[in-house]
Amino acid sequence: MSARWPTIRMIVNGEQRGIQAPPMKRLLDVLRQDLHLTGTKEGCGEGECGSCSVRMNGELVNSCLIPVLQAQGAEIQTVEGLAPKLEPGGTLHPLQEAFLACGGAQCGICTPGMLMAAAQLLETHPRPTLAEIREGLAGNLCRCTGFMRIFESVLAASTQASQPALRQAHHAR
Amino acid sequence: MRGNPETHELVAPGSLAAVLHLMAVEPGAWTPIAGGTELMVAHAAGRLNAPKLVSLWGVPELRFVHATDESIVVGAGATFADLRRSALITEELPLLAKAASWIGSIANQSRATLGGNLVNGSPAADSSPALLVYDAEIEIISARDSRRIPYHKFHTGYKRNALAVDELLYAVHLPRRFGHHRQYLRKVGTRRAMAISKVALGATAFIETGVIREIRLGAASLAAFPTRLHRTEDALLNKPITNDLIQTGRNAILTEALPIDDIRSTAEYRRRVAANLLEEFLFELLGVEKRP
Repeated sequence: MSARWPTIRMIVNGEQRGIQAPPMKRLLDVLRQDLHLTGTKEGCGEGECGSCSVRMNGELVNSCLIPVLQAQGAEIQTVEGLAPKLEPGGTLHPLQEAFLACGGAQCGICTPGMLMAAAQLLETHPRPTLAEIREGLAGNLCRCTGFMRIFESVLAASTQASQPALRQAHHAR
Repeated sequence: MRGNPETHELVAPGSLAAVLHLMAVEPGAWTPIAGGTELMVAHAAGRLNAPKLVSLWGVPELRFVHATDESIVVGAGATFADLRRSALITEELPLLAKAASWIGSIANQSRATLGGNLVNGSPAADSSPALLVYDAEIEIISARDSRRIPYHKFHTGYKRNALAVDELLYAVHLPRRFGHHRQYLRKVGTRRAMAISKVALGATAFIETGVIREIRLGAASLAAFPTRLHRTEDALLNKPITNDLIQTGRNAILTEALPIDDIRSTAEYRRRVAANLLEEFLFELLGVEKRP
């Protein structure tokens, strides 16, 4: 059945992947169903909530709004690709550490998207102001935290020096 | 996800010539899709009425911002992130840069294109008031021809435009002669980010010794499509800026605006806010920060 679909090649989290899929299949569904990268979540499915945020060729995008054919040849980073090698005893990305330490993650549905939007923000604004954080995350909705702890998490992650302090705060809980 | 991806064909020929060729061979059969921020929403909801789509994403000839002596030219495939990053836009066309920053979120701005915003033709389109008051021209291309029309003649009805079935919006030309104009753009929505406009008003005016020598007003959500407010402009043109003139302007826009009631707002609210926005701009021209 899949023979009639084109082969789409992408670099996903640094690895060359090829899948066969209908060209109008959403990148979100290809990530979750074909590549089993279920960290990326579906919220609204219409580009309003940011749960499905991933990075494509260095830009933040909503994977629910991308026909997979348009990802042909692209470099995709999902939440699974944030920390280099996630295994027991491995290290988390500073943003993940900060979300843990500051209570930035609660139910978890928005968290992967928040992390990707925050990672994008820190790349363009390594020391963001609160206003810049608010703008960078404005497309990502959270119904648990009231946002303040997420903003605090991003601020904390942007302050390199606070990393040991963050870990300490986390372990003290 | 109610749509079925298997029922849609999507091709990506990769070059402008190849896209135009497809559209010439089967006129009307192919729906162009750029960043997908509109059509993919329809697709997810199962209401995408487009069996055959041709991708404009990644067509290099459509994604550019460059300057000639007279104009800044923006390719239809330039994203709103491209516009925000372009020094030409932020320095010379600040209203367009501001509008670009209002489009959805960062993730929407990295995909949504200027051409897509215009062809989609929402009455609330964020980029439209700025383009109207900068007197933009639209360059349209097909395999047979290319032509230019004023942007204020591009929209012809609710979600209808001047494109023939084999034509593509190629570029937007923005004249570089507004540097000495007073400029204004304000959007009123439900929240600061991710909101679709209830009302937006843009304005440019050239003032000479207290007299309005040139004025353009462009509005979103005051009619079935983004429009210039020619009659309100006429009521203000060649008049000295006074408190009386501000009242004249209010009356004119209240008469000319034809908004509707919908899920986002009411016609009455939109008319009043439009008049308040115009008043705010005219008070700025008068040199008064706030209403006395």
